[in-house]
Amino acid sequence: MEITIGPLSAIPPGEGRAFEVGSERIAVFVTREGRVFATQASCPHRGGPLVDGLLGGCTLICPLHAQKFNLETGEALSGGEGLKTYPVRLSATNQILVRIEGGVG
Amino acid sequence: MQKKRKLVLIGNGMAGVRTVEEILARGGADQFEITIFGDEPYGNYNRILLSEVLNGSQDPSEIFLNPLAWYRENGVQLHAGVRARAIHRHSRQVTGDHGVVAPYDNLIIATGSSPYIPPIQGVRLEGGREKPGVFVFRSLDDCHKIAQYARGKRSAAVIGGGLLGLEAARGLQNFGLDVHVVHISGHLMGQQLDATAGGILRTTLEQLGVTVHLNKSTKEVLGDDRVTGLRFADDETLACDLVVISAGIRPNVEIALRAGLTVERGIVVDNHMRSPDDPRVYAVGECAQHRGQVYGLVAPLWEQGKVLADHITKRNEKASYAGSKVSTKLKVMGIQLASMGITEPADDRDEIVQFLEPKKGTYKKLIIRDGRLLGGILLGDVSKAAYLMQAFDKSTPLPEERLSLLFDIGAPSPQATIEEMPQGMQVCNCNGVTKEGLVACVRSGKRTLRTVMDATRAGMGCGACKQLVSEVVAWACGGAAEQDPAASYYVPGVPLSKPELVQAIRERRLRSVSAVFRELAGGNEDPGSKPGLASLLRTLWHHEYDDERDARFINDRVHANIQKDGTFSVIPQIAGGITSAAQLRRIADVVDKYRVPLVKLTGGQRIDLLGVKKEDLPAVWRDLEMPSGFAYGKSYRTCKSCVGSDFCRYGLGDSIALAVKIEDRFQGMDTPAKLKLATAGCPRNCSEAMVKDVGAVAVEGGKWEIYVGGAAGAHVRKGDVLCTVDAHEDVLRLMGRFIQYYRENARYLERTYGFVERVGIQKIRAVVVDDSEGIAARLDEEMRKTVEAYRDPWREAYAPATPNQFRSVLPIVQ
Ligand SMILES: Cc1cc2nc3c(=O)[nH]c(=O)nc-3n(C[C@H](O)[C@H](O)[C@H](O)COP(=O)(O)OP(=O)(O)OC[C@H]3O[C@@H](n4cnc5c(N)ncnc54)[C@H](O)[C@@H]3O)c2cc1C
Ligand code: SF4
Ligand code: FES
Repeated sequence: MEITIGPLSAIPPGEGRAFEVGSERIAVFVTREGRVFATQASCPHRGGPLVDGLLGGCTLICPLHAQKFNLETGEALSGGEGLKTYPVRLSATNQILVRIEGGVG
Repeated sequence: MQKKRKLVLIGNGMAGVRTVEEILARGGADQFEITIFGDEPYGNYNRILLSEVLNGSQDPSEIFLNPLAWYRENGVQLHAGVRARAIHRHSRQVTGDHGVVAPYDNLIIATGSSPYIPPIQGVRLEGGREKPGVFVFRSLDDCHKIAQYARGKRSAAVIGGGLLGLEAARGLQNFGLDVHVVHISGHLMGQQLDATAGGILRTTLEQLGVTVHLNKSTKEVLGDDRVTGLRFADDETLACDLVVISAGIRPNVEIALRAGLTVERGIVVDNHMRSPDDPRVYAVGECAQHRGQVYGLVAPLWEQGKVLADHITKRNEKASYAGSKVSTKLKVMGIQLASMGITEPADDRDEIVQFLEPKKGTYKKLIIRDGRLLGGILLGDVSKAAYLMQAFDKSTPLPEERLSLLFDIGAPSPQATIEEMPQGMQVCNCNGVTKEGLVACVRSGKRTLRTVMDATRAGMGCGACKQLVSEVVAWACGGAAEQDPAASYYVPGVPLSKPELVQAIRERRLRSVSAVFRELAGGNEDPGSKPGLASLLRTLWHHEYDDERDARFINDRVHANIQKDGTFSVIPQIAGGITSAAQLRRIADVVDKYRVPLVKLTGGQRIDLLGVKKEDLPAVWRDLEMPSGFAYGKSYRTCKSCVGSDFCRYGLGDSIALAVKIEDRFQGMDTPAKLKLATAGCPRNCSEAMVKDVGAVAVEGGKWEIYVGGAAGAHVRKGDVLCTVDAHEDVLRLMGRFIQYYRENARYLERTYGFVERVGIQKIRAVVVDDSEGIAARLDEEMRKTVEAYRDPWREAYAPATPNQFRSVLPIVQ
């Protein structure tokens, strides 16, 4: 199902914010060019808060040990486990919509 | 199938292991079971690069030619760290330390040589133990020991002005030491140079800051429990903190001698590199003596290894070594040098062709007999070296036009010269790579210098051939090689060095990180490059900087230090470590109210509240009513102080008041890496000011010594004295000027200890104290602007800078 997470304005350009969706946490990132990505919120390496990372293009660097990820594909660019990604789009009123399988847990 | 022969090698060094590689290349793995004794506890490494390791330009881990895995993969048994003690020729076995016994059918001795220690008094302590501060320079261990000891010392002497001594001197300079070279004869590098060339080299070295003492015979190493200086035969003395003895080498022959093999200067071998006393035993490398010659450079050893391998594998039992003509291209302290054969005419028939331009440090001299080259020296300009070395090696007749031997007349492009170079000519002597080999590598698709070097190892030895390798690669690429994404960029994502980047930013007036990416990096945002750019832009633009928060590392977005569980640590400002009951009470209340799990006193005399939730940060700051202590950024961190003259009975100066003024001035300032300061009221140094990035120590007479470049973390270094000044105000001014110079010239994340060692304290002193470049006023002005632009970031508790700046998770509105 697709759920509305909140307004685009909740996230400053070039950064990310985490959202609580049921029992899950989802990280949403907005690049400086205005692209939006949604992924799991905690780093598969040691649970670092990904939204506190550094973002450029669609590459994100985790703040704890600098593992790199491609936010579009979820691929781990420095080896190791990749990220779970979610399809995401903006509504006509600039609300962020994320598609989650099986609904909210 | 035939049973494999047992082959034992003594000496896991450059010649021995290269010989084993040659044997394996000839199918030796099917013929031999190979065992190696090596008394160094590592795989084989490139000894030539030790100078680079010592001077810090090469990481020790990068000089290994054969890592331990290589031995495993090739089925070679290595006894690393095991010294062979005896060869028993009747029972055909070698015994070593730790009870290791290895039987052999064939034995190769490749024990290399050891540094020669001339008979000088006081080299050892009474009782014969090593005297702290006396070193030799031969192995990786020696490098580590020298590097460890040199930190924080002031001066060093090298005994011996030969090639190795000068390399050692260069390495020592990089520790910020005053370096002296003490040489027994009248000119440097007597083996490779004549007196004229030696004189030019001496002048060039002195310009580089090395003091050269000629005709000095060292009689004694002074110091009762560690080195304090040298005494010479003329009774003059030289004070120094450490000494490196580089007075020549002696082949390691004891083990062969005791086994009853013929030994003169080295272990005597025939044209198959075999001992005349025992057909099962070979010797190769610096320990071997062939036709009266012992070699001390690698190129001849490679030739010996090939012959030995051909013979022992029976691939070519007629293979015969005819001796090597020694010609080398060297880099001595960055000065280009090629030398071959003799340095002075030996006969009336000998013709000398020479050119001298002392001002430029250029000297060329050739010795010709019967139209053939017998010897030569090229100093400063080695453009003709490739041709001349070839002519020397092959004894080819020289053209009648002697001038063309020294210069490219009518300037044919270097292209033509490389075109003419024979295919099989060796370009890299260290790793035996020919022109042909380089061309084949380029054809296989490697089109940058770096990738070709990685693939062939060309240029990765002593590095003297790098220029030629790059020319050959460029030629093979049909003009120019593709550019390497150079290691010289300030940040990886923008292809400019720091000075180029600063210039571009100023010219185009780029005030934000995104503007830099847009204008200078084709719009590609590299996340890892953002914080470095943000720091630089703020340094350049002060409050005119367009502060995009996403360019900051998380610590600088929320003004606290992220912990492993995603919480933060909060350290309020406590200037000079001086606090009050009211402050402590507020801190205690905050700890209770926000259930701060850990309160800790830091090494910088601050109080650290650990485990604060992101959400709580603004409230914690508000309740503390204290400004940020900046314990999270690549910025000025703290200035701690001792109690100083107000209370301490030894105090000479008011260290507390100075620390408070320092903090007030430099608080929050961006710097290339973190900056920790301290002040001490006397040289007892209770606040460790001498090992801080910047420190001030009160000394007799109401003066202050300013130290820079100290460190006491993973890296320990005593700071260098920048200058001595009279008043607090002078301390602030000079510290500020040094910090600004560091901000403008250091690489991102380069701590002051690295910066001071890289630039050199002499240079820094000249610029910062003596204003040698006329920039002191500008540095002071930039510093003033920076100080003015300061704003306590914890004010963001009242006005967040970005939406949800302090929220770790947001609920969704369903
Ligand atoms: C700092 C430095 C810079 C140099 N620069 C250059 C240069 O620019 N160009 C150049 O051509 N040459 C240079 N050289 C010289 C070059 O490194 C040597 O010629 C070469 O390493 C000699 O090789 P080898 O195998 O004979 O000796 P080594 O490489 O010394 O190997 C001998 C090995 O045998 C071990 N060993 C000795 N006795 C025993 C035993 N009983 N049991 C077990 N192991 C034993 C030793 O520990 C050592 O590891 C330089 C040397 C140094 C030290
Ligand atoms: S450094 Fe000197 S003045 Fe400061 S506390 Fe120590 S002894 Fe006293
Ligand atoms: S937790 Fe993300 S890199 Fe370690």
